[in-house]
Amino acid sequence: MIAVVDYGAGNLKSVVKAFTWIGSSVRVVGNAGELAQADRVVLPGVGAFGAAMDRLTGSGIRDALYEFLLRGRPFMGICLGMQLLVEGSEESPGCPGMSLFPGRCVRFREGKVPHMGWNRIVSGHEGSSLLRGISRDAWFYFVHSYCLETLPDPIRPSIVRYHREFVALFEAEHIHAVQFHPEKSGADGLGILRNWVQQ
Amino acid sequence: MNAVRIIPCLDVDRGRVVKGVRFRRLRDVGDPAALARSYYQLGADEIAFLDIGATPQRRPTLLKVLERVSEQVFVPLLAGGGVRGLADVGELLRAGADKVAICSAALSDPPLLARAAERYGSQCIVLSVDARRSGGSWRAYAGGGRKDSGRDVLAWVREAVTLGVGEILLNSIDRDGTQDGYDLALIRAVSETVPVPVIASGGAGGPATLWSALEAGGADAVLLASPLHEGKYSIAEIKTYLQSQGRCVRWLSHRSI
Repeated sequence: MIAVVDYGAGNLKSVVKAFTWIGSSVRVVGNAGELAQADRVVLPGVGAFGAAMDRLTGSGIRDALYEFLLRGRPFMGICLGMQLLVEGSEESPGCPGMSLFPGRCVRFREGKVPHMGWNRIVSGHEGSSLLRGISRDAWFYFVHSYCLETLPDPIRPSIVRYHREFVALFEAEHIHAVQFHPEKSGADGLGILRNWVQQ
Repeated sequence: MNAVRIIPCLDVDRGRVVKGVRFRRLRDVGDPAALARSYYQLGADEIAFLDIGATPQRRPTLLKVLERVSEQVFVPLLAGGGVRGLADVGELLRAGADKVAICSAALSDPPLLARAAERYGSQCIVLSVDARRSGGSWRAYAGGGRKDSGRDVLAWVREAVTLGVGEILLNSIDRDGTQDGYDLALIRAVSETVPVPVIASGGAGGPATLWSALEAGGADAVLLASPLHEGKYSIAEIKTYLQSQGRCVRWLSHRSI
């Protein structure tokens, strides 16, 4: 069973409906106990970094996520759910993230903000299990005002460009994360979810 | 770089898709869920649903439509029409909308935009502006294009962005359903005024009219109804044209899920 974590950060239905469409068994979970029983966990999220982190911490879900990850279980962060995995964000100075990886998210300084619309991955297709079988020209739907510019070795993130280059997607062992919304990215987005489920 | 967004618009009244000219003379063009699924499979980059007959009694119809659509359509869904308060925004988002457009209620209560953006995030709060030319400028209308709010469109969009809206849906009442082309001066003026994405609406005709809205108007996305509903142009034909003119468009890959 795939657990989609509900910590009050917006619309989870789209994620649930996308997994349902590809034939996965999925449910929304809102507490640490339920999360511990899941086979796979998805951390979605829209909204502000600090508010999300506060809710994760206050509800005990953050600690349950750490335990889940320590057991080596498959995890996917989507959009804000990806950004929360690093040390922090310009959006909420002084608020520590989950700090699973080094790095801080920064705000777009050029172009229209939010970065809203369809974009393509420009590099780092190789070796990505999520992108397996998906065209290099595939388009994905992004909506965000902050981004993660890079990640340290040995992580090889897949990169997208909107006035600057930043991380579209990365994987580190059992942890996968995407900046875009696979549940809103048409058939290619659903392909990403299916690749993750089939691992 | 981003692809331009082609957004079919479904005007929904009592559970059916309708379309008129200059907000009048409505006629039935089909079932919203079936049309949405079809446009999705044909390459729509986003789909808009505007509840044009919205009243408190009829509201559940659009919610049911969104529930059905979001189970089988995996691109962003924009919903609007008759949104009066925070509760309506929440209902539409929960039903499956990714963004909610607010028009009249924001004109009578601008802080609603700030409350909605604070509660749900700027990225899902869209200011819908029904603009009508008045001499050398434009005025924002309320009540489905019936009531002049007295507000200047450029001042209004500027204020709305400071209140937190993440996108502008810019409708020209003068051009709605005419297929005569978008009001380029209006689009250009608004695009230059605000730092958020602008969706051009009202007057879509052939692919060249869309190109003008993007190129001369500076819009980030184009919304259209009549030319698609009538089968005059397909989304693929529009994208082929835009690409031939140097614009970046999103093509579907061959997989089908």
